[in-house]
Amino acid sequence: MKEAVLVVGATSSIARSLASKMGQQGTALHLAARDRFEVERIAKDIAIRYQVPVSWSIFDALDRDSHADLLQKALDHLDRLDGVAVFLGELGNQEKAQREFDCAEQIIHSNYTGVASILTHAANYLEKQRHGFIICLSSVAGDRGRQSNYVYGAAKGALSLFLQGLRNRLAKSNVRVLTVKPGFVDTKMTFGKSGMFLMAKPEQVASAVIRALQKNKLVVYVPWFWFWIMLIIRSIPEFLFKRLSL
Amino acid sequence: MSSSSSSVPKQPLSGWGRYPLVDSYLQRPEKVSSLTKIIQTAENKPVLARGAGRSYGDAAICPSCTIITERLNRMLAFDEESGILACETGVTIKEIVEIFSPRGWFLAVTPGTKFVTVGGAIAFDVHGKNHYRDGSFSRHVCNLKLMLASGEVVQCSSQENSDLFWATVGGMGLTGIIMEVEIALRPIQTAYIKAKSIKAKNLDETLALFEEYEPQYQYSVAWIDCLASGQSLGRSRLSFGSHAAIADLNQEQQAAPLKLKPKPSCKVPFDFPAGLLNRYTMSCFNAFYYHRQRSWQVQSVVDYDSFFYPLDFLRDWNRLYGKRGFIQYQCVFPTEVSREALVRVLQLCAQKGWGTFLAVLKRLGSQEGWLSFPTPGFTLALDMPIKPGLERFLVQLDRLVIEYGGRVYLAKDARLSPEAFRSMYPHFLRWLEVKSQIDPYNRFSSAMSKRLQIESAKERIKV
Ligand SMILES: Cc1cc2nc3c(=O)[nH]c(=O)nc-3n(C[C@H](O)[C@H](O)[C@H](O)COP(=O)(O)OP(=O)(O)OC[C@H]3O[C@@H](n4cnc5c(N)ncnc54)[C@H](O)[C@@H]3O)c2cc1C
Ligand SMILES: NC(=O)c1ccc[n+]([C@@H]2O[C@H](COP(=O)([O-])OP(=O)(O)OC[C@H]3O[C@@H](n4cnc5c(N)ncnc54)[C@H](OP(=O)(O)O)[C@@H]3O)[C@@H](O)[C@H]2O)c1
Repeated sequence: MKEAVLVVGATSSIARSLASKMGQQGTALHLAARDRFEVERIAKDIAIRYQVPVSWSIFDALDRDSHADLLQKALDHLDRLDGVAVFLGELGNQEKAQREFDCAEQIIHSNYTGVASILTHAANYLEKQRHGFIICLSSVAGDRGRQSNYVYGAAKGALSLFLQGLRNRLAKSNVRVLTVKPGFVDTKMTFGKSGMFLMAKPEQVASAVIRALQKNKLVVYVPWFWFWIMLIIRSIPEFLFKRLSL
Repeated sequence: MSSSSSSVPKQPLSGWGRYPLVDSYLQRPEKVSSLTKIIQTAENKPVLARGAGRSYGDAAICPSCTIITERLNRMLAFDEESGILACETGVTIKEIVEIFSPRGWFLAVTPGTKFVTVGGAIAFDVHGKNHYRDGSFSRHVCNLKLMLASGEVVQCSSQENSDLFWATVGGMGLTGIIMEVEIALRPIQTAYIKAKSIKAKNLDETLALFEEYEPQYQYSVAWIDCLASGQSLGRSRLSFGSHAAIADLNQEQQAAPLKLKPKPSCKVPFDFPAGLLNRYTMSCFNAFYYHRQRSWQVQSVVDYDSFFYPLDFLRDWNRLYGKRGFIQYQCVFPTEVSREALVRVLQLCAQKGWGTFLAVLKRLGSQEGWLSFPTPGFTLALDMPIKPGLERFLVQLDRLVIEYGGRVYLAKDARLSPEAFRSMYPHFLRWLEVKSQIDPYNRFSSAMSKRLQIESAKERIKV
């Protein structure tokens, strides 16, 4: 029987691209997002193009009580679950987050607390069935704190650590955890923003994620050269780094 | 027009011909609600939809807000019985043929490249090599949903709100944003075309062969060597084709009649020096192309990609014309005067050495859209690099086209004058009535509509 995957944050164009590629391979999908109108369209699109079952449901990262239900809904539709891919994230407004902590908190919830909550439910289910995978989108921004986006970066950094610990915990249960750290990707999160360079297409990221999954990678930078860029950025001593305007 | 919500600078934007370049603010909604928001909050700034940017000139450019539709490309329903596909308009021809040809469906009308969007195909009411038989793209559109300047979405078809429909197909994005469409696909048995290629010594032979073979084939086109003159004026290679039946295929093809193996494509890596495509290199190429086919007639079975989209194998081929870009001049002449008019155009080209690569000759039939290009007769398309003297030559051609009662295709245009446009498109006033009703303040506007002075009557009174 074919695989079944739950995609959380399915209105991200990286998520849509990944779901499409999985659909093309025959994977049954359950898409979850907070935008009812859009997630339904994306579900229809993938079902028509690749002739696979695609169901959808509504989900808000900030409404943590509903997260257990989400897993149940996915199971109701799919009958089985081989993997969970989580694309939730919000760049937010760093300047505003510095002035108003409510705004910072929202960024932390969308990128970390809400994601950790969903990951906890997914991990518990997959651990019990002793099989499956988790894909989660973190970011290179989580590798080092920078003044221009440290609230987002800190949430992503925490998420990367959370995933690392989860991978360690789930290793003995035959559940794989793949941390994806993209550089800049050409999506609605970044469109029209200044200071973007080496922009990757969502399809490129999706292909890299599929390849990484097939090769049993644990942490993947996409495109690959971000590994080297971040290696350099991480190796700059803090006393120098604090003076840079990054 | 400097006010923009984001701090992002304007970006230079052009069509496929890379001329003109116009600085524009860009938006690229990924959700329907974001699009509505752009339309509703852009206040009185002009806006315009842009598909794949495969129109040649300035039709898909709006300096204050060009809205790229590429991410609004969801397929919404497909009826396996009737072959009717509902989709958003950022879906490309490529996506449709690649998804549906393996299931036995093809577009009833396709342009010569698959890299265009459904929105662009409707906004220019594009034609294929079968216009004479099957009409243009709009004839296979069951209905469409149009977002007006108010953000309101209206459905229209040839039956329902038909004025709006006939103003929108061929309407160059100036009536609103086409959001969704239902189009009827056509059943096919195989992904192949049974093709016949014939050489013709001159224009008379070319036209005679069209007459002779058109009744037998669904598709027809000719590539004319427009640098040949004298006795050989109008010499060409004609190509006819019909969707192949299973029995037409060889054994290997019959094993999977609807599946094609992916083919590699290549890419022009940089801008060629401007003068490289000149009269001499071109006439060598054209002569080579003409003589490459040794015998007068060749019959073959080819895959649909090679038949419909031969240029798509060379990605970014517009770079061959260099940084300054090029103009494709496509005009149509009414049937009765086609021969005479074509002789004069070809003579002019050969004399002045202006025609470049092979010119494309196709037959058109009649079309309902008020600004649709097709009208019964023959259409010729010529590619010419931008260089001094070109405009003078093209104005000469414009005069000739008007004299013979023909018109120029705006999808390819970047320089026609408002007066010439008005003499070529007799239904313009009717179109303008609808535009004035639904968009009195010209919210939908393009660099082309400014150039051609296509504006709602009310706006002109106000000024
Ligand atoms: C190699 C090549 C071969 C071609 N062959 C043919 C051919 O055989 N026959 C033919 O007829 N044409 C042909 N064309 C022209 C091409 O089909 C048309 O210019 C078509 O409009 C391009 O579609 P696009 O998606 O690139 O649109 P764009 O160039 O981006 O836009 C074209 C127009 O459509 C409008 N538009 C786009 N999307 C929408 C929307 N959603 N709602 C409202 N308006 C919209 C724009 O405002 C603009 O006015 C060819 C072009 C090339 C480059
Ligand atoms: N784009 C980049 O350059 C880049 C770089 C590194 C990492 N990433 C990461 O990649 C992932 C995908 O991002 P993207 O670029 O595709 O941007 P995106 O389109 O904005 O995707 C983010 C997704 O998260 C959803 N989301 C945000 N907050 C939510 C909430 N409270 N409840 C439910 N859903 C919520 C969004 O839903 P809506 O559609 O409803 O907003 C959307 O589906 C994110 O984790 C992002 O941080 C992106």
